[in-house]
Formats: sequence, C-alpha cells, structure tokens
Amino acid sequence: MTRWGRISRDLVMILPVTVLAVLIFTAIFADVLAPYPYDKTALPERLTPPAWCEGGSTKHLLGTDTLGRDILSRAIYGARVSLSVSLLAIAITAIVGTALGIFSGYMGGRTDAFIMRVVDVALSFPALLLAILLAVSLGPGFFTVIFALSALGWAGYARIIRGEALRISTSDFVAQAQVIGVSPGRIMLRHIFPNILNILIVGITLSVGAMILAESAMSYLGIGIPPPVPSWGSMVADGRNSLDSAWWISTFPGILIGMVVMSGNFLGDWLRDRLDPRLRQL
Amino acid sequence: MSKIILQVEDLHSFFFTRRGVVKAVDGVSFYVREGETFGLVGESACGKTVTALSILRLLPEPAGRIVEGKVILDGTNLLELDKEEMRKYRGRIISMILQDPMTSLNPVYTIGDQIGEAMRLHQGLQGEMVEQEVISALRLLNIPSPETLLRQYPFQLSGGMRQRVAGAIAMSCHPRLLIADEPTTALDATIQAQYMALFKDIQKKTNVAIIYITHDFGVIAQMCHRVAVMYAGKIVETAMTREIFKTPKHPYTSALMNSVPRLDHKDERLYSIKGQPPSLRDLPPGCRFFPRCPVAEDICRQQEPAEKEITEGHFVSCWKVK
Amino acid sequence: MTRFIVVRLFQMILALFGIIVIVFFLVRISGNPVLFMISPLSTQSEVEVLQKQLGLDKSYTEQFWIYLKDLAHGDLGESFVKRIPVTEMLGNALPNTLKLGIPSLVLGTVIAIALGVLAATRRDSIFDNGVKFLAILGQALPGFWLAIMAVLVFSVHFQLLPAAGMGGIEYYILPVGTMMFFMLPGMMRLVRSTMLDVLDSEYIKLARIKGLPERIVIWKHALRNAVTAPMTVAGMMLAGLVTGAVITENIFNWPGMGKLAVESAFGRDFPVVQAITIIVAVMVLGMNFLVDIAYAWVDPQIRYERT
Repeated sequence: MTRWGRISRDLVMILPVTVLAVLIFTAIFADVLAPYPYDKTALPERLTPPAWCEGGSTKHLLGTDTLGRDILSRAIYGARVSLSVSLLAIAITAIVGTALGIFSGYMGGRTDAFIMRVVDVALSFPALLLAILLAVSLGPGFFTVIFALSALGWAGYARIIRGEALRISTSDFVAQAQVIGVSPGRIMLRHIFPNILNILIVGITLSVGAMILAESAMSYLGIGIPPPVPSWGSMVADGRNSLDSAWWISTFPGILIGMVVMSGNFLGDWLRDRLDPRLRQL
Repeated sequence: MSKIILQVEDLHSFFFTRRGVVKAVDGVSFYVREGETFGLVGESACGKTVTALSILRLLPEPAGRIVEGKVILDGTNLLELDKEEMRKYRGRIISMILQDPMTSLNPVYTIGDQIGEAMRLHQGLQGEMVEQEVISALRLLNIPSPETLLRQYPFQLSGGMRQRVAGAIAMSCHPRLLIADEPTTALDATIQAQYMALFKDIQKKTNVAIIYITHDFGVIAQMCHRVAVMYAGKIVETAMTREIFKTPKHPYTSALMNSVPRLDHKDERLYSIKGQPPSLRDLPPGCRFFPRCPVAEDICRQQEPAEKEITEGHFVSCWKVK
Repeated sequence: MTRFIVVRLFQMILALFGIIVIVFFLVRISGNPVLFMISPLSTQSEVEVLQKQLGLDKSYTEQFWIYLKDLAHGDLGESFVKRIPVTEMLGNALPNTLKLGIPSLVLGTVIAIALGVLAATRRDSIFDNGVKFLAILGQALPGFWLAIMAVLVFSVHFQLLPAAGMGGIEYYILPVGTMMFFMLPGMMRLVRSTMLDVLDSEYIKLARIKGLPERIVIWKHALRNAVTAPMTVAGMMLAGLVTGAVITENIFNWPGMGKLAVESAFGRDFPVVQAITIIVAVMVLGMNFLVDIAYAWVDPQIRYERT
C-alpha cells in the first residue's frame, strides 16, 4: 500500500478519536476550562464579535450573544450537555434494543415477525414529533429529552442486532447447544450475545452522532434542554434573530455539532471495516 | 478440417490494483475451429475465466485491462474494434454461459422477457414473432412446456432448468462461438450428464464452436475435441483430448489427472499436488510450476520454457520435454 | 396478493388503535391542562366551568370513548387555545406543508437516484468522491444549522432570497432546499451502495454479455433491482420529511403543520398536538403499508411466497 494510502487510512481513525477524546475531556473538565460561567450575562459586552474580527477582543474568543454571555464558555458547557444526553440515551437504547434484537432473532417465527413490525413502525415514526408530544405532556427537561430519544431509538439497534442474531442462530454451534439441552436464555446470553458484540460496538459508535443531532434539533426548537443551560442546538436558535448583526452566535455551535457527528461516523465506519468487512457500505 | 474461427495470439490481461499488478493472463495463445469444442482446464484462479472475459472484452474496469495480444474472430481482431462495434458481437456472434445459475438470471424479469430481450436487440424481432422464437429457443434446449416457462420467474425454476434457460439465452441469436464457463459445476451429476449431451446435440445442429471452461478432466473427456491446460496465467499444454489422456507431457497435466480419484484404484492415498499456485502479483522468473514440479531442474527455476510442438497439434511448454 | 393486502391492512388498523391509545393517555399524564390556561385570579368555580366546557371533568376512560366516537366522525376536537375546531386549523396548515413537502420529495428522489446511479457507475472518479463527500457532510451537519447558514449567505449577505414567510417562488427555494436536505444524503448513499452491489452481480454481467447497450444495462436491469432498497427505507424517509417539515417551517416561519405542532406544544394545546400526532401516525402506517405492497409488486418472490 502506498505511503499516502497508509497515512490517510490511519488518519481516518486518529482524527475522529482525537476529536471525541477532546469532547469527553471538555465535558468532564468544563468548569475548569470555561473562562466564564455559562449564564453570566454582561449586557455592556453583548454582541461582541469573535477575537479575530473587527471589534472583537481576546476577552471573548468566540464573541458574545445578545445577553453578553461568552460563546466559548457556553460551547464548552454545551459539550457536557451533548455528551451526557447522548451517552445516557445510547445506554438505554442499546440495552433495550439489543435484548429485543437477540430475543427476536433467536425466537424467530411469529414472535420475530411481530417484534419486527413494531420496529418498523418505531423506525418510521418521526422522533421529533414524539419529542414534541412528550414535551407537552412531561414538560421540557433533561429527562424528557432522554425519554424522547430512547422511546424510538431502541428500534435501530433491535433491527440490526436481530439480523445478526438470526444469522447466528442458524449456525452449528447454536444447534449443538440446543441439542445438549441448554436453555434458550443461556444460549442467547452465552452464545449469541458475544457474537453480536462487533456489530453492537459499531452501532453504538454510529449512534453518538445521531443522538447529538437529535438532541440539538430538539433544543433548537425549544423543546430540549431548557435555558439557561446551554445546548449547542439552543445556541443556534439564540442566534437566529441576530443573523444580520451577529453571525457568530449561530455559526460556531453548528460547526461543533458537525465535527463531533462526523467524527463519530468516521470512527464507526472505520470500526465496521475492521471488525466486520462484510458490512462495508461505502 | 473445418476452418479456424477464433485465434487468440499472445493475450496478456492484467489487473491494476492498489496492491500491485495481477498478471491474470500472461501470454496465452490458442485457436478454435468451427463446430469443435475446445476445453480450457485448470485450477481455480489460473486465468480461464479472465481469458473468456478478455475475448468478450468484458474485464471489470477500471482495474482490468488487456495490455497485449490479438483476438481474431473470423478475420477481425476484436481488440481493435471500438466499444459500439464490439457490443454488436456480444450475444450475437459470441455468447457466454456463466457458472452459477442461481445468480446469473435477473430475478425481477420473466424468462420470456430475458430470452426475448436479446432477440429484440439483435434480430429486431417484435411482438408475436418474439414469443415464437423464444419458444423455439427453449425447445432447442429440450425444455418441456416452454409456453408456461415464458411467464415464470427464475426463482421458480430448479438449478438445472435455469442453466438450460441460460443456454437458451446464449443460443437465441445463433452465435458462432459459445463460451461456457463451468456451466455444470453447480449442478448435480446426473443433470450434468444431461446438459453436456444436450450441448453436443446443439453443436451438431448449429455447428457452433464452443470453448468449454472447467476444472474437471472427466468433463473434458466427455465434451471436448481439443483441450488446453492452464496454470498461473499461461497455457502449459495443448493437444487433442485423446492424445492428452494417452500421453500427457507436462508434469502439471499428469499431476492434475492423477488427482482425480478413481474407483478402480482402491486402497490408495488420494494424490494431491503439494504447494499452492504462485501469487499472480509476484511471479518468479522461471517456470511457474517449478516449486511444485516433481521433476524440476535448475533451468526450470531460471528461465520460462518456450512452447514447442512435439507432435502434430500437441504443444507443450516444459524444459523436460524434447 | 389480495390476502396479503387484507392481512397488512388489518395489522395497520390494529397498530393505529394502539397509537391512539398511547397518544391519548400520554398527553394527559402531565395533569390538568386547565391549570395552564387560567390566571391566578380565577376562582374555583370558574376553573370547574372551564373543565366542564373542555370535557375534562369526566374520567379518562370516558374521555377516551368520547374522543374515539368523535374521531370516527372525523371530529378532532377543539383547540384549547383558539377555540376553533382542530380540523379547521389542520385544514389551513396542511396544504402549506404539502406545498413544501411534495416538491421536496419528488425533486429529492429524482436527484438522489440520479446522483446515486451516476456515482456508482463512475466509481472512484471525482464525481463519485464529490457525491460521497457531500453525503458525509449532509449527514453530519445539523439541518437547522445549514438552513440558518443558507439564510445568512443568501438573505443577509447577498440579499438574494427572503429569510422567512410564504409567497412567490423565491420564498420556496430555501425551504425546499432545506427539506430536501433531510432526506437527500441518506437516500443518495443508499442508491449508490445498492447500485454498486447490483452492478457486481452475475446477471448484470450476463446483460452485458448479451450485448445490451450500457444505458439499458444500468437503467433497466440494474436500477430495477436497486430500487427495492430505498423502498425499505421509505418509511424512514417519511420520518425524515416530517422532521424536516417541523424544523424547516420553524426556521422560515412557514404556516404549515410543523409550525403548528411546535406552537401548540408551547401553548399546551393538547387537542392539536394529539391530532397532528395521530395524523402523522396514519401517514406512517399508511406508508409502511404501501411500501409492503410495492415491494411485493416489484419483487415477484415476495408475491408468491409471503402472505
């Protein structure tokens, strides 16, 4: 393989991992890293441009919003929000989805058909609408967002895990276990589950991006994490009405979202190629 | 003797990949006469299929390319034609049957559609005429009740039947050369025998020349008038079938024939040729069979043997053969 | 085929019922909606009167049956906030959403198929890499942000297009573009990868061996096999469109169902939110149903084997 080929192949893994590591680091140490608290308003300093623009200053590297709050600090705290929401939602959806997927794939027959139809409906139901519904009934908040993301998110896992579980269930070593008389529960846990780990890991990595996008969309509309806690999505919304005077309020959070989601996707694709070339899509 | 319809001269087909150049076909020459069945036999990945695809100029692009040689069909060098002209040869003058009947038919169109398509294209037939011609093509392949088959889909047929349909598609426009790439490998033994008998019949009726690709010497014995043995991208021996069975000259040919287990030699260990074929990306300088050859000598390692005609029509590339 | 349709139809109705139940009770979890509509000065009797008016004094199950009965008559209730029939509100909003949704869907599908097929047939070319790159960007960047950036560039900076509202064709460009964004990258990628798979298959090789012109090989043989894949995700595409509608209408102040949904959510207008959700559920289930039928029509195997 050419030198350039090798370098770019490794870059595909190193860059995303770095970005995600920085994200995690920022989220954990937000209190230390952020120059200002996220809700500190400073009206005299409102709508300051980023440091490298005319009128900007190094006091606020990325500028300030309509209330004088420092964009950089809010972006840093926003990382914490995005990460915590995503991780929690992923944990829930992965566990529920995997369990259902393995169960469905192993059991087969009518059970499988039924569960998969539920999955079909869940996958085609717009999550945002459900989020709106939940926001109305439960009120906006951290746990509402988690609920909204989890209520339909498990379906994606269920489908792909079920596919793998189905395939594995027909292999010889499972037949062997059945012949010996091992209980279905044990078979699912000890034989099927370890074999779906690869695809699960890929799925989880790819979910990070999806969760962050979903949460930011909710926050943008105002049904996500309520103010003053900053979410990248709500920061974009903050800047909507000041586009003619302060482009930076909306721009930076979006770039951050894009970077993190892209990193998650690239890492997920890389993992997929490494762990199971059969699944290669691009 | 009937005239030569296909002449392949010094064909070189390579694959240009990120990991290097794969010399799939490296200097292959042979000829086929009208009405004759020419066998191309060898292990997997020895270049038989690539040779076939090269004749049709259907190598997977952009990696595959014919870098040298001539493919002369009835006086015309196919490699010099432009794409449109070459396309006119396919299906009409040269056609091919692929190996796996399960995947070579398009699942979403009926049998009638798929056979008729070629006819509409090459013979300009329309409407009623097409259906009639399709039915007669199916009859040529001994397919019972062709009228019902017309409206059926591939998944409704058995492997053997599908392969007959493939044969019908191939023969539908009365080609002069038919390339059959291991058409019976995926079929049961009894169906195999039927299929081969069928094609012998078709050949008698239509005088079509057939290149029959296989890895099975038993099939060669049944089907082919002449045969070429391929190894690692080159032809090592060419002769009349009878001759090659009686007196195989190249060590690889004998080794291949010995590998076929025989019912009358009981209590014998199965013979298999030690080692693996060389990587086509990284070829050694000398004879390609050298590492596995039981009678190899020094010169075999250093230089590739040239092709010699030892008796009339019998060609061998081996230093040990005088 | 008919049996197939009937079974699926029945399942669809069952699912719809389930969803209506869930939606209905979910909406009432947060307690008495009346409490959000009163001022601190209202007396208890005023509250009770309001409750009675809105039918909230009855038990949940009673309310549910009434709702179902009304639903069967096509009555979706009355908005808590505006006090006009929900059906009327939806009637005003739906056409606007369709004006956005249908062009986006049609245009988006055509472009996705065209780009996907072209990328697959010109593998590894600049075109292909460009398409791949756009798809990656499209799936990573948030739609609402891109729309806002578009507004920044085209409305604020270049002053070419309006930033919000409905009107002549220039008002359509940015919103339709934004809507397409929600489905284009995924569909394009899918068409491309499915085509790549199909182009590798033996029957395509055979089509070429037959001497068919390349454009027939691709657009007749390959594509017909490749379209089944996007159909499986048509359901998800619909979800994308709905999500897209909500976000787009919000950004561009487009008076459609999406904007209505969010507004009603903030105004705690239960009947409206409920109604919109149920309608979307009907659409989703209907779409799944149609996809199943279409699948069976295109792929003869399913027709004969599954029921």
